Amino acid sequence: MTSFPRPALDLRNLRTEFRIRDRWYPAVRNVSVSLMPNETLAVVGESGSGKSVTALSILRLLPHAGARIQGGEVLFEGQDLVTLSEREMSSIRGNSIAMIFQEPMTSLNPTMTVGDQIAEAILIHRGGSRMQAKAEALRLLEEVKIPSPKSRLDEYPHQFSGGMRQRVMIAMALACHPRVLLADEPTTALDVTIQAQVLSQLEELKQAYGMSMLFITHNLGVVAQIADRVAVMYAGEIVELATVDALFAKPMHPYTAALLRAMPRADRGTENLEPIPGSVPALSAVPAGCSYAPRCPFKERTCLDLHPELVSSGDPGHLVRCPVRPVGGVH
Amino acid sequence: MTTSLGNGDFIVRNLSKTFVRHGGSGARCVRAVDDVSFRVPKGTSLGLVGESGCGKSTVARAILRLIEPDSGSIVFDGIDVRAAKGAALRALRRRMQIVFQDPYSSLNPRRTIRQTLEEPLRVHLRISSKEIREKAEAAMVEVGLPREALERYPHEFSGGQRQRIGIARALVLDPELVVADEAVSALDVSVQAQILRLLEGLRERRGLSFLFVSHDLGVVRHFCDRVCVMYLGRIVEEGPTVDVFDRPLHPYTRLLRDSYPVPDPRARRPLVQIVGEVPSAANPPPGCGFHPRCARADGLCSVERPQLETVSDDRARACYDPEATDVAWGGLRIGAR
Repeated sequence: MTSFPRPALDLRNLRTEFRIRDRWYPAVRNVSVSLMPNETLAVVGESGSGKSVTALSILRLLPHAGARIQGGEVLFEGQDLVTLSEREMSSIRGNSIAMIFQEPMTSLNPTMTVGDQIAEAILIHRGGSRMQAKAEALRLLEEVKIPSPKSRLDEYPHQFSGGMRQRVMIAMALACHPRVLLADEPTTALDVTIQAQVLSQLEELKQAYGMSMLFITHNLGVVAQIADRVAVMYAGEIVELATVDALFAKPMHPYTAALLRAMPRADRGTENLEPIPGSVPALSAVPAGCSYAPRCPFKERTCLDLHPELVSSGDPGHLVRCPVRPVGGVH
Repeated sequence: MTTSLGNGDFIVRNLSKTFVRHGGSGARCVRAVDDVSFRVPKGTSLGLVGESGCGKSTVARAILRLIEPDSGSIVFDGIDVRAAKGAALRALRRRMQIVFQDPYSSLNPRRTIRQTLEEPLRVHLRISSKEIREKAEAAMVEVGLPREALERYPHEFSGGQRQRIGIARALVLDPELVVADEAVSALDVSVQAQILRLLEGLRERRGLSFLFVSHDLGVVRHFCDRVCVMYLGRIVEEGPTVDVFDRPLHPYTRLLRDSYPVPDPRARRPLVQIVGEVPSAANPPPGCGFHPRCARADGLCSVERPQLETVSDDRARACYDPEATDVAWGGLRIGAR
């Protein structure tokens, strides 16, 4: 994909830090990536890789104390979200950029009916009468295919199953026709058959609404099924960025390749499941050189001292943060 | 070691468990496990897969009598587990251990790892303190943790390390059967592979039998010789794992398999029509529990419940459909290509 059209969302050197015992440590380290119009960009990584913090930084939803965006830009429709006032920011949230989370139960108000919650979101963002908002809420529930939506409007979140709650969240997120949807592990808590339903629905709605989607997940299977492009994160930075086909056919970073080899597959035997030794470094103990070097079988002496840049792998659009990777991908 | 009455096999027949909830509007019954039978031959691993609420965890707990089953028989190495009492039950418990999903909530935060590992030894074995110490240390080493870690508390460990401790706790008593209830589900891929490796090593070295409860088909395919697929408290299909996943005979197995996202973008294909959600076990549909979601259901399916019947040498399914739904893998297509 060439980068001629203007990105829907453009992260440039985004750096987010957390304070631990009076010292600041980066959880997101100079992340640069563009989300193109109508694109699904998957951000994949293990826990602690900084993928959720990236999404929260975009919408500036991090706690005021103990977290800060230390640098970089988040460009959206010509403005830098990092520099906006809180007031300007809240007109972006939900309106132009919406977000859905892993656990819908904690994001829904247990004391309000589902219909009232969706209607409230519509009233706040789009104004109009309560009647209109309620009608729109009903339309949205129909759109996300909740069975018997009319009676469901007057029910409470606890009366919904996990998959239904996630669909309610999606309905709320769509209420204002956002340009960009940030989806943070939206199907992780769901059973596989429900996951498949929600994923295909997100894909359909993305097309219908002309949205771009930043899809955060730890599941490479889900990535393969929905993504156009993939950013692999490790220890707060992007270590590989490629189209979904290139990433799975020819992984260039040793970490990406190792992840693929560590994943047991349901569709074929995995005799040689290869664990990755060690674990993801703690926020306060990220190595100085390549952050993956301590676990990497290909490491050379320079890897421990020199921090590698994210550079072109030689294939167009395929970026990798590893100078010693074997030519032709890591297999 | 133990005087053996049988051949080390673990056999469950017609196991059932109903939970009764007393609420404002009278008692509500949930038939969590309904007439479940299976066998785990010594040294093999049997997978139990299904979605949340299908009863797989209840089976895991009921066979260890952590929950008392209502009916059915459980026989381990020729001994009737349900009839066992007192010392006999204690002896059985030593031979059958469980590893839980969440290593955060299954370890006592106020006890050192040593206290956690040594307690079962004191309860079950009449051996000296020195031997107890040595056994705890040996278990730690076996799961790949340093001896010094014994003096530390659970919060000092990562998720993967805690799961190793959970496994060490199950191992100290030298069990013969290990029930693993979603034992690797909470872990990141790289750590999950480490733990699977560890369990494989233990199975080979110690000849352990496993009942491996999981919702992850990939993990089950990797680890289990045979698999039972559960839906609404019943086993709907049983057979060698590879055959069941590659050529499912029950429409639900096929749905489950085709919903599983395959890590290969070339394997996207049109989404199978998935209708509805798993019905509540408190109010199961009549006939076959799967018929409201099944594309191939006909009149009989909504009236009479199909029994689990042997189809070929080593496969069984509970379905009336005369045509085996034998469809090769492809993964489902979700994204537009």
